[in-house]
Amino acid sequence: MNKRFAFAVLVIVALIAMALPISAQGDVVELHITWYDDGTEGAVLRDLLDRFEAEHPNIKVVIDTVAYADLHTLLQAQVETGEAPDMARITFPARFLGNYLDLTPYVADPQYWLDNIPEAVLGSMQADAEDTGIYGYPTQFTVTGPFINVTLFEQAGVEIPADDATWEEWVAAATAVSEALSDSETTIYPVAIDRTGHRFWGPSLSRCATYINEDGTFTVDTPGFRSTAEMIIGWHNDGLMPADVWGGSAGNYVPAAPYFIGGQLVLYMSGSWQVGNFATNIGDLFDWKVIPNPSGDCGATGVPGGALTVAFADTEHPEEVGMVMDYLFSEDVIAEFYARTLFLPGHLGLIEKGVAYESNAEALNAFASMIPNLMPEAYALQYHPKGPDLNTAIRDRLSQVIAGEMTLDEAIERIQADMDALFAAASS
Amino acid sequence: MTMRRAEPRRKKRRMNELLERALFRPYAALMTLVEVVIDPIQRLIGQRRMGYFFVLPNLLVFGIFILFPMLLNFYYGFTAGNSILPQNREFVGTANLEALFNCTDFANPNTCQHDRFWRAVGNTSGFVVFQVGIMVIFALITALALNRDIRARGFFRGVFFYPVLLSPVVVALIWKWMLQPEGIFNGVLVSTGLERMDFLTDPTQARLWVIIVSVWAQMGFHTLILLAGLQSIPKELYEAAWMDGAGAWRSFRSVTLPLLMPTMVVVLVLSLIRAVQVFDQVYVLTTGGPGTATLYMVQYIFQTAFDRRDFGVAAAASLVLAVVLLFLTLFQLRLGRTSEIA
Repeated sequence: MNKRFAFAVLVIVALIAMALPISAQGDVVELHITWYDDGTEGAVLRDLLDRFEAEHPNIKVVIDTVAYADLHTLLQAQVETGEAPDMARITFPARFLGNYLDLTPYVADPQYWLDNIPEAVLGSMQADAEDTGIYGYPTQFTVTGPFINVTLFEQAGVEIPADDATWEEWVAAATAVSEALSDSETTIYPVAIDRTGHRFWGPSLSRCATYINEDGTFTVDTPGFRSTAEMIIGWHNDGLMPADVWGGSAGNYVPAAPYFIGGQLVLYMSGSWQVGNFATNIGDLFDWKVIPNPSGDCGATGVPGGALTVAFADTEHPEEVGMVMDYLFSEDVIAEFYARTLFLPGHLGLIEKGVAYESNAEALNAFASMIPNLMPEAYALQYHPKGPDLNTAIRDRLSQVIAGEMTLDEAIERIQADMDALFAAASS
Repeated sequence: MTMRRAEPRRKKRRMNELLERALFRPYAALMTLVEVVIDPIQRLIGQRRMGYFFVLPNLLVFGIFILFPMLLNFYYGFTAGNSILPQNREFVGTANLEALFNCTDFANPNTCQHDRFWRAVGNTSGFVVFQVGIMVIFALITALALNRDIRARGFFRGVFFYPVLLSPVVVALIWKWMLQPEGIFNGVLVSTGLERMDFLTDPTQARLWVIIVSVWAQMGFHTLILLAGLQSIPKELYEAAWMDGAGAWRSFRSVTLPLLMPTMVVVLVLSLIRAVQVFDQVYVLTTGGPGTATLYMVQYIFQTAFDRRDFGVAAAASLVLAVVLLFLTLFQLRLGRTSEIA
């Protein structure tokens, strides 16, 4: 009897002990943020959120990290089933238009948000021209632009071209460096551009390509597009560019960064997000620097990009979401985030003031200085709902030209047909 | 003395009792519990139908994870739009299939509305013919060699089978490392004064290396099946053939090949089905490039669905692939029956 009584007491105590944490957690609101990591930003975010949670013990923010490749597909499934996370870091805001939470009533000072988010970025999250909502903030801003290996120029005794040099002048100088330093065992490639249409846009806009028609549809076949495509195809035909970047793939983004990090590339067209990568992986092995985007007949522009942190309307805790977003976009916190992650600021106040980067300030500020000179069409392309599709089509069709599967004329015809079909499907 | 003899017997009895308590009683309790559940069900549906009850869990798993997605895919093949949810998709009838087959000249993919689909079809057909052909021939030669009484036979069997144990992704990464422009193969070429080769960036070479890598990775499995087939052939038949004056080639042609044919058919059909489904290894090795030189059907379906978000066309293409696989499976069943009769 005594044993049975002791057992019963034990069971009751265990049940109460199990129930305690549940009742203790009853007042805590748990929010989820879907995130992807390129580098250390997830760890920095966790650190910042830990501080927020210390000040707000009733709010707990869980970071659900997913692979970037799956991010948008996963979110689409969640959004369509009404199970979207409270917040997420995304790169294609057009994909979820109409599903974001308007933060205007939930943030302390909406005007601060409106004053500090670039207009094009704010507009990219708004469903239409009449929408005035605030749905998120730029987690990072990126700009496409080139890097050069300064040490290779010095070793070859070739003068670095002036800041306003054209693509032809830069490639000629880089080719001279390559010819001076390459031998039978080591190949130094003069130039490389990442395998993506996004990287193609900047040079083509500088060379007078225009893409967006008045009705929002695309026209691909312009002299600027052709001359840029011919230039990149020519780099492959002449062996100036590593063949496996554009030629060795059939559906993926491929960066040429490994060649630059390996000291085998003179001029590398990529973007500001590589600064942290180079700082870590190149270190003191050689000197490199950011150069202005090469000039064309219509100017010299990179293309903006980056990621946004948005809130979703499915959340059951809009007030708490507003508090978290307000904290993360507060000037001090976002400045620390940019400084520690080596991201370009997407906060207008900080673009003006500058960010006290922990390292590589020169390279990052060189990219930041390009922001005021970005062409309006570069913003328009980046935030166009069909921009990602144009990006993919350019990448894949030009790769087919490089592989000898079609002519440039056929590729341009295909890209135009692919885009026309998309617009037709969207309008129907 | 009597006390000493009785002690081990007592210990043994105690051990048996302990064993009974530890094993048999819980087992008996479990069985009683099972009976409590099963008995009413058996009374309800009858003993003859109890088989269905036992396969029900497996059927549920099959239904949820295979049959339902298959039916959903069938429906998606007749819908359009970017939405993932079926209820949000527009029914378009056979429009996706018509678009896939909308070609002016089937021999020239550039004249097709979905040119990448036809490139994938062409590439997959080429891959199936060459990869399966080469692999079956090499697997047969290897099995014949390993069936002989050679030195270190066990070691060589292990060497040929080892790649089968590796993950396809690992296999692809190893070969990619060797074949890349700065890889070990080009390193050897350059160190011997030869020029670098574009193993994975030249379309013809990329196609060739994809076949070589997959033959290397899969041959061991098929060799093992053929080896088992060879070892089941009675030695007396070879002795009889030898006594009748047959040479090695004649013995192979008249004894080995006919008796190995049922096994060969299995190997052929299994490798055909696997070749049609080729994806992971090639995706890691070349991602389908250069251009679309090594873009095969499954990768086309995957990219159309998840990169381009054209779920309708991707589902329609997978229906086409399903028809091909169904045909191959029926072919296997028919050949299996024919060889059984023979």
